[in-house]
Amino acid sequence: MSDVLVDVDGLKVHFPIKRGIVHDRTVGYVYAVDGVDLAIRRGETYGLVGESGCGKSTLGRAVLRLSEPTAGRVVFDGTDLAQLSGEPLRRMRRRMQMVFQDPLSSLDPRQSVQSLLVEGLRAHELDRGAEATAARLRELLDVVGLPANALRRYPHEFSGGQRQRIGIARALTVEPDLIVADEPVSALDVSVQAQVLNLLEDLQAQFGLTYLVIAHDLAVVRHIADRVGVMYLGGIVEEADADALYTEPRHPYTRALLSAIPVPDPEVEDRREQILLTGDLPSPAAPPSGCRFHTRCPWRQPSRCDTERPPLREIRPGHRVACHYAEDIAAGRITAPTGLSASRG
Amino acid sequence: MLTSSRRQRIDDLAAGGGAPDAGVSLAVSAWRRLRRSPLFLVGAAIIGVFVVMALLAPWLAQHDPALRLLDDQVSRARNEIPPAQPGHPLGGDQQGRDLYSRMLLGSQQTLLVAVLATVIGLGGGLVLGTLAGAIGGWVDSVVMRLVDVMLSIPSLLLAVSVGALFARQTQFTVILAVAIVQIPIFARLLRGSMLAQRASDHVLAARALGVRRRAIVFRHMLPNSLGPVVVQSTLVLAIAIIDAAALSFLGLGAADDSVPEWGQMLGRAQDVIDSHPQLAFWPAGAIITVALGFTLVGESLRDALDPKNRR
Amino acid sequence: MALLEVDDLSVVFTRKGEQPVVAVDGVSFDVDPGQTVGLVGESGCGKSVTALAIMGLLPRRGVRVSGSVRFDGTELLGLPAAAMRDRRGRDLGMVFQDPLSSLNPVVPIGLQITEVLERHRRTPRKKAMVQAGDLLTRVGIPDPRRRLDEYPHQLSGGMRQRALIAMALACRPKLLLADEPTTALDVTIQAQILALLAELVRAGDTDLGDTDLGDTALVMITHDLGVVAGLCDEVNVLYGGRVVERGPRHPLFAAPHHPYTVGLLASVPRLDGPRGQRLSPIRGSVSDNIPWTSGCAFAPRCPNVLGACTSVTPEMEFGPDERLLRCHNPVPAPQEVRA
Ligand SMILES: Nc1ncnc2c1ncn2[C@@H]1O[C@H](COP(=O)(O)OP(=O)(O)OP(=O)(O)O)[C@@H](O)[C@H]1O
Ligand SMILES: Nc1ncnc2c1ncn2[C@@H]1O[C@H](COP(=O)(O)OP(=O)(O)OP(=O)(O)O)[C@@H](O)[C@H]1O
Ligand code: SF4
Ligand SMILES: [Mg+2]
Ligand SMILES: [Mg+2]
Repeated sequence: MSDVLVDVDGLKVHFPIKRGIVHDRTVGYVYAVDGVDLAIRRGETYGLVGESGCGKSTLGRAVLRLSEPTAGRVVFDGTDLAQLSGEPLRRMRRRMQMVFQDPLSSLDPRQSVQSLLVEGLRAHELDRGAEATAARLRELLDVVGLPANALRRYPHEFSGGQRQRIGIARALTVEPDLIVADEPVSALDVSVQAQVLNLLEDLQAQFGLTYLVIAHDLAVVRHIADRVGVMYLGGIVEEADADALYTEPRHPYTRALLSAIPVPDPEVEDRREQILLTGDLPSPAAPPSGCRFHTRCPWRQPSRCDTERPPLREIRPGHRVACHYAEDIAAGRITAPTGLSASRG
Repeated sequence: MLTSSRRQRIDDLAAGGGAPDAGVSLAVSAWRRLRRSPLFLVGAAIIGVFVVMALLAPWLAQHDPALRLLDDQVSRARNEIPPAQPGHPLGGDQQGRDLYSRMLLGSQQTLLVAVLATVIGLGGGLVLGTLAGAIGGWVDSVVMRLVDVMLSIPSLLLAVSVGALFARQTQFTVILAVAIVQIPIFARLLRGSMLAQRASDHVLAARALGVRRRAIVFRHMLPNSLGPVVVQSTLVLAIAIIDAAALSFLGLGAADDSVPEWGQMLGRAQDVIDSHPQLAFWPAGAIITVALGFTLVGESLRDALDPKNRR
Repeated sequence: MALLEVDDLSVVFTRKGEQPVVAVDGVSFDVDPGQTVGLVGESGCGKSVTALAIMGLLPRRGVRVSGSVRFDGTELLGLPAAAMRDRRGRDLGMVFQDPLSSLNPVVPIGLQITEVLERHRRTPRKKAMVQAGDLLTRVGIPDPRRRLDEYPHQLSGGMRQRALIAMALACRPKLLLADEPTTALDVTIQAQILALLAELVRAGDTDLGDTDLGDTALVMITHDLGVVAGLCDEVNVLYGGRVVERGPRHPLFAAPHHPYTVGLLASVPRLDGPRGQRLSPIRGSVSDNIPWTSGCAFAPRCPNVLGACTSVTPEMEFGPDERLLRCHNPVPAPQEVRA
């Protein structure tokens, strides 16, 4: 049995932009995911972080083959998911599950918690008699910390945090190996987020789950993930252990991102040097040439950055960066023009 | 222009009700708002009276609607029709039959036409709309082309053409003609809300769980798409009554008039409308009132189910 | 004297045939000229409604507002609508969370800014246009001349928020209320906007000519403790429609004393914190509140709860470290919490 559970190789997901009154014409593509390689090891938590629209959700769905990849492969436990369809794919779904951002909209409003939970069991012939099913449901509720009387109630009768627990319980019904959690806490109240994050950690320890956690909040990702991939405009620009990413960020975008996240500590805030990026995120329908980040990069160099796309290369074991000048920037051989950093407070 | 605006309206309706909303609370909050709406209460009262009338008609009507009780008062030459008189509060019709009894029993037929036409239209629309919305791809394209063609023909014209296809007109051909016109409307409506459901998070969640496609369609997509269809059905009940009357009026109604029906009665009253307007007045008034009742209920249902009106 | 004094402000939504909703339940805080004051709390604790009440933007019907909002010595509650309109835009500016819905979609940005200047300052159109261009430059919008003629939908989210800030600051208001101005934006854009706000409200030590914006007081409304920590002089923590803890940011973050503040800080993962440490969430959810009139709203979720908490309403009093607190059993010192 290989160490890697999910192997993503050169994955691309492009959405056609259609226009036209009589006949739909494709006038271009949204390059939502544009060449992603990553490997998720058994039992680890891989965190995916990036700004709105960079393709995180699309990548997560493509890993579960809920959206059709344009190119590339997703190998799940030795099986190429692209080769599967119909019944074999449906059977495979038992082993990989998803937790959604908006717990209310991802639960059918007309189904009671009981029928939402039973559905997964039934789909994979895991319901063995009324007794056994009832026991299993009680166990699931207990595991995610919901009261036993929850079964007869409907999703809208619960608070946000409880709804997310229902969503998690639903994913657990089929005893999956992998759970892709797309922004599992960003719709929740601050004081409740921690409950759900702790629950996810407990479940991983209890059931040996593998997680792909997607979030826009780097603090959340760093907290829960073992390894973190930073996405920018459809590609991974840096990947490292959660600690290394924080202590030794090598990609200019990661640095800017880290420096932009407010920390609830005035001492840190007063001391901190910010790398303020200029401009906005370019559209994924017209990504910049060369390095996708060069339009906003404070360290960009005139020669290669706008012409040659930097590959994701390993600069140290377990640390990959997609920047031509990562080493030079780290060593201080290239400096950002002054005026781009500012301190706040 | 006409067709595109019609299509637009159907699609808007589909989008409005298709929003994923809390099931129970949606129904409960809709009901709360309905109860306070005077329009709904008026409409419901009209429908209530109408249905009760139809159910009790055999006991309420004192005379056989086919019997020419007042035949002696009818004279074609002098254009005489029996007036109101003791025992016959509305008088008689051209053939001396008791108008009051015919009106009462006519409600049965009218209700039957409305309900059957709506059920057939709804059934056809459900099948086509579900096929298009659930399967998508070329099935969707074919079905929707067909639907768009049907929608592009003005509805009465379509009904008349369908009605004229039959050699001998009966009550059933009227129902069929009226129903066929409604099929594309229901189909497009349902397809619209099914598509919205297909893109929704909870359907994606069910797919991710590995739920079979059939179960996704029938457990998740269809029940959540029915809101706008329910509204439309109520409105179609009104439309069907009016369309059936129009067909009868145009001479495409049932040939046999021993079983009374309001639309048919109105159609037959044409010849004598100048001298004896009461023959047209009663059925026309009844048709308008009942159609208004269904429309009021339908419109207030639509308002009540509109997620934008929810808090 | 404080520029803005909010005292015991309450807002109750009353709708016919429904339970009244107490959105704000006796909020009090002061803002000095040039000061940046934070209102921080979770969703539904009444932050936005407080801001709307100060601005006089709540609907007149179906809302009961009580207490007092004094601005520059004038009571704003109960001020005639016309007088209030006059103050808004000139003395009081506001920036909303969703910039797109608070800009007029069919009027170019430039015209929307000059309208404010013409209305409150009687600036002639030509001159106002020039000033609008300067303002856009000041808030960091590149190529402002071109942007003046553009419509809101042509701008990105970050640029719209900048334009909105420019509009709110056009007449150099004495007070700017910012209601979650960065919540809808990405972190890198949020950093730009926060830096801009910090710079704009910083005391007027630099000569900025006609667009000098110094000495504006700022009320920053947010649910993000990090934003408050970096920006605000004075922090008010809200829970269930009341301020539960208030203090200058350094001592408040170093030693929070209200169990809710402590809990909130312990439940967010910190970017710079040690990894692998478990978070300590606050139990339950906001819906578990009890009304303030029958004790402490936070009592059902509070780890420090005493018998008195569910029977006696805590008053705002000085607690340890001269901190203003609304709590029967404050958390004594930070070391014991962190351990
Ligand atoms: N079904 C689709 N059809 C067309 N474009 C799409 C589709 N799904 C996503 N996109 C586009 O692909 C890009 C990436 O979207 P995606 O949802 O993956 O981003 P994300 O990183 O998850 O962002 P967010 O943080 O906002 O959730 C966006 O520009 C989006 O508009
Ligand atoms: N127009 C209204 N009618 C009835 N209740 C309202 C209305 N506006 C707000 N509320 C209620 O008042 C309370 C406070 O709302 P408010 O918008 O001030 O919260 P907030 O602190 O700004 O939260 P968020 O972080 O979600 O913006 C909430 O419980 C809300 O449901
Ligand atoms: S490759 Fe160039 S533009 Fe891209 S991140 Fe590195 S230095 Fe910046
Ligand atoms: Mg997403
Ligand atoms: Mg708010």
